[in-house]
Amino acid sequence: MSAVDQAKNAAAFIEDRTHEQHLDQLLWMMRTRRDEAASRVPEWEQLRDLASQIKEHTLSHLAHYLEMFESSAKANGVTVHWAQDAPEHNQIVYQILSDRNADSLIKSKSMLTEECETRPFLEARGIRVTETDLGERIQQLDNQPPSHIVGPSWHKTTQDVANLFARVYGSDKEKTDPVYLAHVMRVNTRPLIEQAKAGMTGANFAVAETGAVVTVTNEGNADLSANVPELRICSVGLEKIIPRNEDLAVFIRLLTRSATGNSITQYTSHFRSPRKNGEMHIILVDNGRSSRLGMEKFWRSLKCIRCAACMNTCPVYRRSGGLSYGSTYMGPIGIIMMPTFDAHRYSELPFSSTLNGSCTNVCPVKIDIHEQIYAWREVMEEKHQINLVKKEAMIVAGKVLSNPLLYRIAADSTETSLKVLPRFALYNHLNAWGRHRDIPQPAKETFHDWYKKHRS
Amino acid sequence: MSFRDAILQNVRNNQPSSRDLPAPPKFHSEQPVELKKQFAAALKELSGDVITEPPADFGKFLKNRFPDAKTICSAVPEYAGNRKPEDFARWSDASSIDVTIVRSPLGVAETGSVLLSEEEFRVNTIGFLAHDIVILLDPAEIVENLHDAYGHPHFRDKAYSLLMSGPSGSADIGGITVHPAQGVMTLTVIFWPLAETQNVRSAK
Repeated sequence: MSAVDQAKNAAAFIEDRTHEQHLDQLLWMMRTRRDEAASRVPEWEQLRDLASQIKEHTLSHLAHYLEMFESSAKANGVTVHWAQDAPEHNQIVYQILSDRNADSLIKSKSMLTEECETRPFLEARGIRVTETDLGERIQQLDNQPPSHIVGPSWHKTTQDVANLFARVYGSDKEKTDPVYLAHVMRVNTRPLIEQAKAGMTGANFAVAETGAVVTVTNEGNADLSANVPELRICSVGLEKIIPRNEDLAVFIRLLTRSATGNSITQYTSHFRSPRKNGEMHIILVDNGRSSRLGMEKFWRSLKCIRCAACMNTCPVYRRSGGLSYGSTYMGPIGIIMMPTFDAHRYSELPFSSTLNGSCTNVCPVKIDIHEQIYAWREVMEEKHQINLVKKEAMIVAGKVLSNPLLYRIAADSTETSLKVLPRFALYNHLNAWGRHRDIPQPAKETFHDWYKKHRS
Repeated sequence: MSFRDAILQNVRNNQPSSRDLPAPPKFHSEQPVELKKQFAAALKELSGDVITEPPADFGKFLKNRFPDAKTICSAVPEYAGNRKPEDFARWSDASSIDVTIVRSPLGVAETGSVLLSEEEFRVNTIGFLAHDIVILLDPAEIVENLHDAYGHPHFRDKAYSLLMSGPSGSADIGGITVHPAQGVMTLTVIFWPLAETQNVRSAK
């Protein structure tokens, strides 16, 4: 499979300025709200340190805590399964459902099941799968994957959603009021929830000492998925384990504030045991995580708690949309996670960044995101995964930038060239930067010339 | 080797060197905290309402607040309602409830959350398939923050513990939170000291 060309995909997204501006403004609002929320918590930085330390401790003793979690969950009456990869995970889910003749499943949003492509796997085997998260359901109805890990359909305008619902549900496409649209979804999805034979959720956290899995939602749809049907399946990535019940306070205080600026989601739900007369299965999924744990430069990405603050702040993500990454995880965190799944297919992603470091600054668990992005670029260079134009340009840039004389000659000649060269000579296929934006107006003089005149 | 053992073996082989586990402090404010006021303000931010005194006539209060409600499921002794949680043996049938009334054993001032579990709900789905929910909370049971809240025994004892912090909402269309989503449309907390209920019961 060829490498995902994020820049080309982003070009298609920004072709329509409405979508580019809509997403940029919406995500910047989330980022602003996050800053306000953080500033109202005096111990915010201390919480970030604690969260990072708890995660690093857990990952450095992960086998111990996985065994502790398994033992606690079993003692609570839960059946625990282990899956090495996505096909194993999907097969376990299908087996649980088919053994009990469960042909309909309600699901709450889970990035892990996106990663495993669980829904298409089950649908191909005759299971009706209904997403219960509003954004995820919108994406399901539109045959698209999530474009953002918190707001799966945030790249869509309200008019896009109104058009989609008109097509699928026959609602009024002139009505773009979100309250009306949310009501359309409730009316159409509620009956499917009430009739479902099984429910499935992911987990934001799994507590080793109590065996509880914890979900965080605004809609309460994980609670519906876990409580309405008698059969419940929960898929958990290995890295979601935390040691103690009290650690939850640290993470819950950080998670929603980082994501949307609210102090907490409407539903923070802790499931230790099956519901009355019910059955509960937890699948612990590896799918590359145990190998990533051994990657010296990249294991810290396993600390991620999926708040998406790094996406909301990223100038590249905000202006290109999540679908452009062609991957389950997108934005800065996606850039450093996806190459661990497939280094060739996602070889271009580490270049979809300005390396401004804002992602690292807002990360609630202090992942060194921009440093890992840079490290992935080095890996891609070593693995010869960089395309020829980019590689040659970097070699030339490296030589020019490391030599003051060459740099000054280049700077002067660039300024002159920008003034005199015709448009077709400046904007060609070798100039990736100028493909979707104008080259800046040349300065009257370089800083070096100005400095010589005024300070020497 | 089983899948489980293979995974654990790979994890053991790849774990980074040992890091210490910190002990999170409680982060109590140095200034006195007006717990009731802070709770109400935090819940309001997530579109929940707080009534600061028990209504003199609870039946009348409910009628005024939910004029169209026909099915009222009560899980509390303070009001009889016309359904009990146990009436919904098939849990999905709880969607016919207009208003659920339940008591929470704990409130969190920082976030405006109330704690609920299968002990309070008896049938869990009455808490989110109903159209509206009214939650009685003894204001003496409000704690300052989530560090305090996670000390509650429910998190270690109950099958299902929920920190509920407002009615079901979604910001998935356009980024602004709207109601309805899939759960309750409104959430009202009434500060109702447990002692008052107990006094009424002993007087009967």
